[in-house]
Amino acid sequence: MAIRRVRLTFEGDLITDPVIYQLGKDFDIITNIRRAEVHADVGWVILELDGAEAEIDMALAWASGKGVRVDPITGNVIEG
Amino acid sequence: MAYASALHCRECGKEYPIAPIHVCEWCFGPLEITYDYDAISRAISREKIKDGPLTMWRYADLLPVDGDNAVDIGTGMTPLLKADNLGRELGIDELWIKNDAVNPSYSFKDRVVSVAVTKALEFGFDTLACASTGNLAGAVAAHGAKANMRTLVFIPRDLEVGKVIGAAIYGPTVVAVDGNYDDVNRLCSELADAHEGWAFVNINMRPYYSEGSKTLGYEVVEQLGWKAPDHAVVPIASGSLFTKIWKGMNEFASLGLIDDVRTKMHGAQADGCSPVARAFSEEQLHVRPVVPDTIAKSLAIGNPADAYYALKIAQEAEGSTIGSTPDPEIIDGIKLLAQSEGIFTETAGGVVIANLKKLAEAGRFQKGESVVAFITGNGLKTIEAVEQEANPINITATVSSFEELVDLKPQVGTKATSS
Repeated sequence: MAIRRVRLTFEGDLITDPVIYQLGKDFDIITNIRRAEVHADVGWVILELDGAEAEIDMALAWASGKGVRVDPITGNVIEG
Repeated sequence: MAYASALHCRECGKEYPIAPIHVCEWCFGPLEITYDYDAISRAISREKIKDGPLTMWRYADLLPVDGDNAVDIGTGMTPLLKADNLGRELGIDELWIKNDAVNPSYSFKDRVVSVAVTKALEFGFDTLACASTGNLAGAVAAHGAKANMRTLVFIPRDLEVGKVIGAAIYGPTVVAVDGNYDDVNRLCSELADAHEGWAFVNINMRPYYSEGSKTLGYEVVEQLGWKAPDHAVVPIASGSLFTKIWKGMNEFASLGLIDDVRTKMHGAQADGCSPVARAFSEEQLHVRPVVPDTIAKSLAIGNPADAYYALKIAQEAEGSTIGSTPDPEIIDGIKLLAQSEGIFTETAGGVVIANLKKLAEAGRFQKGESVVAFITGNGLKTIEAVEQEANPINITATVSSFEELVDLKPQVGTKATSS
């Protein structure tokens, strides 16, 4: 089992999609929202995911495929 | 001695003891240093600073480490040069260039890494790490060598050979990762979580690391005769440098070392990676992440960690701005600085000069106001951006060939303008 902390960013129509509900329903992971801010056209959620490593990978790949941006909570760690 | 007394969450305020951690366990917000400013105010003075070393460590009382054991390779106290030629060209009355390209590894990253490595040794780490596409890699490798630490530098597989050498020469383990930028980013975040025995300078050491940037603010204030400039033009990547220069100047004011800070902060980005400039123009405090596409690779952070805090400063410090410029103007900016002031900067500096020009044209600078442009990296790091300049006049080895082909008309003023 693993715990992963991520920041999801939603834009446009994705704002109204129940993405986090689906993450918990369609994949065998527990989602735990720690912080979030949602506006009319953009929103972000800082989330803790608890589950098997492979299941978390699949869940995040599904979210990315829907157009949700997935970042580590540290943001970009590669610097110029 | 160190006056850092704790860490606190920038979001929820929860306090933590000094440790190699960077996010709040409660809300996952970023952690910041808590200082005992009462004790600092009793210890610090202009005279004490002036008597200190001619490096950034003259400000050790305001850094979260014990300055007596600093890993110091001579970083800081870089020149603040009056830029009369460029000022005349742009119509700026009092223009200064803070040339941080002359640090030991040729960028301002030596400041942040010097603090991070010093703190890593205090914590007892023996391994240093970073993920970088350029300047940070060189700074970490250089300081790792000086500190006798095992050093790991992660780079994208397709990084230019010159940048690889700029880190490899110091002897670290250089790991080239297959995959795109996001893949490398994700891997390094996971490695940092998995290897608690590593000091990953901008991850678990980030609260300490980022404080090093404050010294740029302190130095400019001291070099201007103990006063803050009226305007500061600063490149924005993660947004950390912008916020820390502001913080440094305001710490000096709150400690009574200078009068109030009325500096207008101007953030500079490239059009091809301008999430913070866009949020500023839309009067938002949160950015929409972007996929960078610009020659200014040292500023190419599509989801900047400190954007929110930079935007707050820009909105609160009246008259501040955050803008962006296209790549051709960045190249013009590099050439303009080189040909007017004899300073060769990398693309990030070109971004600063291009934005400085835009601000001047918009009438942002009044007569008698001091303007400081922060140049944070050396031009030899990004020569590919200006390789079209390598077009010498080819002659045969005869005087007649020289006289026939070389035009000796006098050069008047600066030669690089886009208009």
